[in-house]
Amino acid sequence: MKVTGGRAVPAHGRDPILRMEKITKRFGPVLANDQIDLVVREGSVHGLLGENGAGKTTLVNILYGLYQPDAGRMLLRGRQVRFTSPRSAIRQGIGMIHQQFMLVPPLTVAENIILGLPPRRSAFLDLRRVEAEIRTLSKTYRLDVDPRAPIWQLPVGIQQRVEILKALYRQADLFILDEPTSVLTPAESEALFEIVKRLVSEGRSVIFITHKLDEVMHVCNEVTVLRQGRVVATLPTTETTPAALARMMVGRDVVLRLEKGPARRNGVVLQIDGLRASNDRSLPALKGVSFAVQQGEVFGIAGVDGNGQTELAEVVSGLRRATAGRIMLRGVDVTNAPVRRRISQGLAYIPSDRHRFGVIPDLTVADNLVLKDFYHPPFAYRAILQPGTIRQHAAALAKRFDIRMAGIEQEVRQLSGGNQQKVVLAREVSGDPHLIVAMQPTRGLDVGASEFVLRTILAQRDRGAAVLYTSAELDEVLAVSDRVAVMFDGEIMGIVRPNEVSLEEVSLMMGGALRKLLLPPTEVNE
Amino acid sequence: MTLRLAATRLIPVWAVLAALMLGMLLVRLAGANPFVAYSELLRGAFADLFGFSTTLVKTTPLLFAGLGVAVALRAGLFNIGAEGQIYLGGLGATLVGVYLHGLPPVVHIPLTLFAGALAGGLWALLPIVLRVTRGVNEVITTLLMNYIGFFLVSWVVSGPLMEPGAPYPYSRALDPATNLPVLIPATDAHAGILIALFLALLLHLLFARTAYGFQLRAVGANPMASAYAGMNVRVTLVAAMVLGGALAGVAGAVEVTGLKHRLFEGFSPGYGYDAIVVAFLSNGQPLGVVAMSFFFGALRSGANIMQRSLGVPVAIVFAIQGLAVIFLAAGLAIQRRSLVLELLRARLKGGATTDAHVEAARHDAF
Amino acid sequence: MMLFESTLLLTYLTAAVRLATPIGLAALGGVLSERSGVFNIALEGMMLSGALAGVLGSHYLGGPWAGLLVAMISGALVGVLLAYLSVSLGANQIVSGVAINLFALGITTFLARILLRPAGIEQVPAFQPVALPLLHRIPVLGPVVFGQGPLVYLMLLAAPVLTVFVFRTPWGLALRAIGEHPRAADTAGINVNLVRYAAVTASGLLAGAAGAFLSLSHLNLFTENMSAGRGFIALAAVIFGKWHPLGAIGAAFLFGAADAFQLLVQTFDLGIPYQLPVMLPYVLALLAMGGLVGRSAAPAAAGTPYRAEEA
Repeated sequence: MKVTGGRAVPAHGRDPILRMEKITKRFGPVLANDQIDLVVREGSVHGLLGENGAGKTTLVNILYGLYQPDAGRMLLRGRQVRFTSPRSAIRQGIGMIHQQFMLVPPLTVAENIILGLPPRRSAFLDLRRVEAEIRTLSKTYRLDVDPRAPIWQLPVGIQQRVEILKALYRQADLFILDEPTSVLTPAESEALFEIVKRLVSEGRSVIFITHKLDEVMHVCNEVTVLRQGRVVATLPTTETTPAALARMMVGRDVVLRLEKGPARRNGVVLQIDGLRASNDRSLPALKGVSFAVQQGEVFGIAGVDGNGQTELAEVVSGLRRATAGRIMLRGVDVTNAPVRRRISQGLAYIPSDRHRFGVIPDLTVADNLVLKDFYHPPFAYRAILQPGTIRQHAAALAKRFDIRMAGIEQEVRQLSGGNQQKVVLAREVSGDPHLIVAMQPTRGLDVGASEFVLRTILAQRDRGAAVLYTSAELDEVLAVSDRVAVMFDGEIMGIVRPNEVSLEEVSLMMGGALRKLLLPPTEVNE
Repeated sequence: MTLRLAATRLIPVWAVLAALMLGMLLVRLAGANPFVAYSELLRGAFADLFGFSTTLVKTTPLLFAGLGVAVALRAGLFNIGAEGQIYLGGLGATLVGVYLHGLPPVVHIPLTLFAGALAGGLWALLPIVLRVTRGVNEVITTLLMNYIGFFLVSWVVSGPLMEPGAPYPYSRALDPATNLPVLIPATDAHAGILIALFLALLLHLLFARTAYGFQLRAVGANPMASAYAGMNVRVTLVAAMVLGGALAGVAGAVEVTGLKHRLFEGFSPGYGYDAIVVAFLSNGQPLGVVAMSFFFGALRSGANIMQRSLGVPVAIVFAIQGLAVIFLAAGLAIQRRSLVLELLRARLKGGATTDAHVEAARHDAF
Repeated sequence: MMLFESTLLLTYLTAAVRLATPIGLAALGGVLSERSGVFNIALEGMMLSGALAGVLGSHYLGGPWAGLLVAMISGALVGVLLAYLSVSLGANQIVSGVAINLFALGITTFLARILLRPAGIEQVPAFQPVALPLLHRIPVLGPVVFGQGPLVYLMLLAAPVLTVFVFRTPWGLALRAIGEHPRAADTAGINVNLVRYAAVTASGLLAGAAGAFLSLSHLNLFTENMSAGRGFIALAAVIFGKWHPLGAIGAAFLFGAADAFQLLVQTFDLGIPYQLPVMLPYVLALLAMGGLVGRSAAPAAAGTPYRAEEA
């Protein structure tokens, strides 16, 4: 990983603004935080590093008053505190910038910033004065935000700045940033790091939550590594390396390497030409996208969330209308054909949010497994359902995919996330599809479940299916794909082979700063 | 798991029982003995021949309309417009009965029922189309259609269809060939109840055994996932609502052809709204709707006797009905919340331990 | 001729304003409730209970003002019930509302039979029109608007007051935020459920007042089901008025005008079937909902219960 700019100055010898001692928190049978100690020094950037589910968000939610710890105590500026709600935490100078912004879209920046604050002088809102104050703050920290703009009009990077302004306005001096760069381009991330440095230079403190190693090294003075709810280590960033941190984070030598045979490509399965589409807000989301995917290859789509990947997958699978362009699936024009048509042409779809789109939680496992096929033989004859056949089919699939459940008549909502994803996979993949559209299939899954998903997809690829694969985890996309298209702002910046491109180039493409040759599918068996 | 499922099915029963108990309090307030009152209620509903026929008569429209609301409910739609659909159904049947003559009953009767179904279904079409194309909440639109339907019938019955020389607005008589056969001689009880029971059975089979029923349930449970699986959600929703409207329309048709054989202004004393209660208390299950509509029909019928002999106002039945649904809604909500913890335990055993999962499991039950 | 026509016009407008009042008051309550994210179908039941309570209050506690107070309290109590069901328990808001309406219908009819009739209570002291000095002299507008009963003035006063409240105070801001993005409001330190309770209870206060208008101003007695669906019309007015207090009042006037027209037609036997103009407001509301008359932008979170992580 590349590092730009200088390292942050170590913050030894400064008083701790925050001490969290032996914090413990349980959710049912899950021990989210197990006797966690955290010390944040004043005027420092303290990283909180860990994988999904390590307990980072739970810990800061306790700090912010959203949860109550089962055991342990917190000392803020030397005094013991206990926050029963964000209100008390805010009053004590703690400001949190969540991963999902807590901004009300129809209201303006100014209105969002003063939301929840008691009136100052009269009983009425004095928006003009607030707007002036916001402009001053904005200038001091070089945040450049128009206080009168309604939130829904602002791009994500600016919305994040509004969140920061919110905290500043409340005179926070301890900032919590929860995975702030997950929605930013590399350029916006750099801008954010500058803002963090400015905050710290004024004596404020920052807790920086991330799972990205380079960010920790770049921005943080110290880092605490969490794994499965426990603290693995706390150390200054000058005394460690990304590789060491990675090992601490996962507990084993992490090298994302998938056993992948060479791609066996022949024959184009999916042909996209000049595709255009709008998003839910009627703004253009796809601005003329073209590419082709062959049999037996994994075609990855990289890019920061929100640059059109979702819309692309939706248009290909038929859930969104294309406003222009063409989609050919195995030589058949399915551009605005109904979903069922594409399914009969061999399309399978693994949605990004299995809970909302992949399964029907109230229905049984058996029902979910025939969700696409229940209306035709052998599952239904003349519209009458054949429960015996459905059950047999479900039992066979459950066995083949090792779905852990109490039985095929169990409601899917009771299965774990990993097993729910298996239900989705089983259903989609069992029909030997020609094209699999996989949208962030490993999202929210632990390491074991993720590996299963990836292995299944690669197996399908080896069988000869074409796979359209998107993921927010760049490493994953690069490891799984034979070719990768980098999307930015609804366009493809470049189609490259993962082993022929540098991370820097990919980053630049993701940020829209670089365009590369669009590598076409080749007929050669390498 | 089966225990929990059984408990879910029983909640409506508990709700009704609780409401009945509170009803006893109301009876006391009215100055009567609750046990005597309830026994009068039962006697009036079943033991007495005339009372039993009244029970059948009052059950019939509730059953039809209840089925209509149940079909929509299954698809996740709220058909508050059953009342308007009933009126339109009555209108449809009346038109066929007044303007067509010389047909044998075996043809004319199904024709009136079909006309009623058609009218009711069409009346439900606009709200559902608005919902499906523009996302307009169908609750308000169906409500508005109720009023429009009521006034439409009122106008027709005071104008073009009015019986000449009538002291108050009612329509001309329908052709006698449209009269539904009487089940119990010298009473009002007509064959409409048989048609309703038959339709209930048909609907039950449809829901449980057919691909269409499966699709309805899937769309009602999670329209997005159903769309992703290739189902045409919009068509399913429209079909469900129109079918529901048609059933409610038949309720209106049967009321006209079975009872007075004329269309009267305001002939539905709120059956459409009661149907909502019935459907909800039955959780959208057709056989449950049969039970519940009988229960309420009996209550209404028996209440008349109860009022006559003990002076306890009939309105008590409405209060009991309303209470039953309040208790049911509360009971279901409470059960859902306690389910969340249970779900957490079950889901997280499988291994995933992300914070996102905890949060997701929490919001799972909704 | 002119005099007759202008008198007719004045009478008509006066009636329109008067008939708009219960709808307007209830609609103001509906705006508050829906802005907080709670779909209040129970306005009808609140109104009905207010009507009965008003009569009882006026008779037993000495006069229409006491009756109004009791009516508002009873409406508020129904509001608390709805809030408990939909906010605390998270029950389906539509079903809760319909159930409450049904219960209210039953209980008011029942109580009317066993409380009013045996005691021989029928007509009760009611509000008399109060002509506001000076304002009353304004041509046309004067007698129509400023010669009405006190509850009409309440409505006319409440509308701008609520507008200021919703759009110009921190609490109104909190209200709007909750209706759009409750989680954001929660993390900003606002007690979402408390505000929702307050909004729904306030809507009960207003709807109860609307009921009091029916039994203590429009008429001076209680009849079964006297709200006759006005609570639902109020809901339509809320939507027609785009969830804005002034818009809701405007829509209410429209419905009142149609209602008044019905009376006009029946009184003068103009040869038009009265049903058609009476249908008109509902048709207009339907068109409004369909987006043919302006776009409706409902509060985004309306209808869904809000769950904080732990109770």
